[in-house]
Amino acid sequence: MQSTPAARTLDVEDLTVRYGAALAVDGVTLAIEPGEVVALLGPSGCGKTTLLRVIAGFVRQASGRVRVDGATIDHLPANQRNIGIVFQNYALFPHMTVAENVAYGLRARGVRSSEVQARISRFLDIVQLAGFRERLPRQLSGGQQQRVALARALAVEPSILLLDEPFAALDRNLRLDMQIEVKRLQRTLGLTTILVTHDQDEAMSVADRIAVMNKGKVEQFDTPVAIYDRPQTLFVNGFIGTTNLMNGKVAALHDGTATVVLDAGASFSLSAPAKISVGASVLISVRPEQLALSSVPGPGAWKIQPGLSLPLGAQLVHEARTVDGASLKIVEPRRASPADTARVYCTLAADARPTLFPRST
Amino acid sequence: MIKPAEWQLALPLALAFASIFLAPLLMLVGVSFFNDDKISQPGLAQWAKFLGDPFSYKVIADTLLLGVKTVCATIVVGYPLALVYLDAPPRLQKVMIFVIVMPLLLSVVVRTFAWIVVLGREGVINQLLISLGIISEPLRLLQTELGLVISLTQIEMPLMLLPLISVMSRLDPNLRDASAALGASRWRTLFTVIVPLSMPGLVAGCLLVFASSTTAFISQTVIGGVRLIYLPLLIWQQSLVVFNWPFAAVVSITLLISVLTVVSALSWLGRRSGGYVHG
Ligand SMILES: Nc1ncnc2c1ncn2[C@@H]1O[C@H](COP(=O)(O)OP(=O)(O)OP(=O)(O)O)[C@@H](O)[C@H]1O
Ligand SMILES: [Mg+2]
Repeated sequence: MQSTPAARTLDVEDLTVRYGAALAVDGVTLAIEPGEVVALLGPSGCGKTTLLRVIAGFVRQASGRVRVDGATIDHLPANQRNIGIVFQNYALFPHMTVAENVAYGLRARGVRSSEVQARISRFLDIVQLAGFRERLPRQLSGGQQQRVALARALAVEPSILLLDEPFAALDRNLRLDMQIEVKRLQRTLGLTTILVTHDQDEAMSVADRIAVMNKGKVEQFDTPVAIYDRPQTLFVNGFIGTTNLMNGKVAALHDGTATVVLDAGASFSLSAPAKISVGASVLISVRPEQLALSSVPGPGAWKIQPGLSLPLGAQLVHEARTVDGASLKIVEPRRASPADTARVYCTLAADARPTLFPRST
Repeated sequence: MIKPAEWQLALPLALAFASIFLAPLLMLVGVSFFNDDKISQPGLAQWAKFLGDPFSYKVIADTLLLGVKTVCATIVVGYPLALVYLDAPPRLQKVMIFVIVMPLLLSVVVRTFAWIVVLGREGVINQLLISLGIISEPLRLLQTELGLVISLTQIEMPLMLLPLISVMSRLDPNLRDASAALGASRWRTLFTVIVPLSMPGLVAGCLLVFASSTTAFISQTVIGGVRLIYLPLLIWQQSLVVFNWPFAAVVSITLLISVLTVVSALSWLGRRSGGYVHG
């Protein structure tokens, strides 16, 4: 009964959107694979919703193109694009029942009424709202409304699915359920999907790739692991996860490997970005779990002043301060025996991948 | 200090309303049950005279029909205007609101006389139509119901537009986008989403326009003339020309009841559709 339509590619090419004089989206390019889930992640006002609205056809771009399966769709009005969208506030039709909401797109397309009934049942089953057909949206909880919005968007079998912060209004447990649910639906229907969020955990867990946006630009478009481990810009580095930033100077450069002396006292080698020269001031970013405490001094260890230690789930978070005044967070697995107090040196953990950024003064 | 109960606080106002509105109304009802214009012999003669005359029913029907025609015309012109307002950029919206509200700042008398200039034999409309070669003889617009409906449409337009715009601009703009994304054309979106959701505003507008146009004595007489007879003109003739106050009271009560009937039917409809908007 279920015919999975072939998944589509979605290409956004050099897209720019202006509201008056203000740039909301600034030269964004994304090549999205068939059946892929891409998360748009970024702070409020960075242009995520605007980008979705251009793809859906509600807003015209100043320049650039949107292609589905290689063909541009820029000339098509929103009602001919066959792109499903779930709005941040769901935008259910308040005067229609759940069933009428789900049927809306089918009726607009002139689907036979027996087929309409079949699809209402099927998609309400999928989102587990079969018993709610005759309710009005205002008689539903936020999570139920969100599932109706999803069923309504999916019922017309769109070629692309756009989700604008669909889980923002849900509590933690329900959010996790819905994330899994959406991922499962998207898999079975083979839908190329863009998910807008400013929750990085959500982006990490649901998306195949993440586009981190800032001020209308895409700063990095990569897999979650790559974004976490190899942030390309200082913004991405600070936005994803927690990180420690320390000041330092490049002491030597050799075959793309830089030897860096920390202002806090230690020195070590790490892979250098392209545009860096000897003597340059740099910032070194290390994740909290890539630092370790030690009681022995050495060339790769720098002195710290230990602060509070807080248990956080299965982990222990130590606060510390370097001699040049930077504050550090260090995460260790919680051990059976309590840590001794003599550990006043900090080192890089064995698998640490610190990242180097030029410091703009 | 003892705090007065809430109803006690409202008492002065209630008394003022009672003396200003309720007392005259009761007096009006009382006056209608006298047989002679000296108001000396109680009886049902005036009611019998009014209700026994087929002419009375024609005037009632004409009055209500005038209201219906004006309401229809304000919807036909006003609804698209409200849609244009909704899509206009904010700066244009400010200008539009000013233009919409401005007629309310002018006296009805001034507006009505302006329509005489527009509708007359040598008026703007006739001159335009003749110079365009659409007609050769001037149309007769003054002292016709057509002319009256045209001018009432303009005069009552703010009463239709203001409630309509206030309800429509509270609608979630995403609803239209959601409808389009689901494949609906603009017309389908209009009739299945926007019109049903703007019903409360539309009903409120109809209510105001109907009540106002059926009782618009100045416009009815100045533009309609004495040949078009509506209930307000009848009241005026009976009370201030013939001085038959009991009969005038009968006509007044008839006008009140017929307008109230239509208005309550409309507001019942409005309440039925009102739940959707804030839900
Ligand atoms: N209709 C509009 N007119 C003018 N400016 C707008 C309009 N819509 C959005 N903007 C501006 O464009 C920029 C991008 O807005 P957008 O809604 O895309 O942000 P967002 O990334 O979705 O933010 P959030 O996470 O808060 O939803 C913002 O600076 C916003 O003020
Ligand atoms: Mg947004």
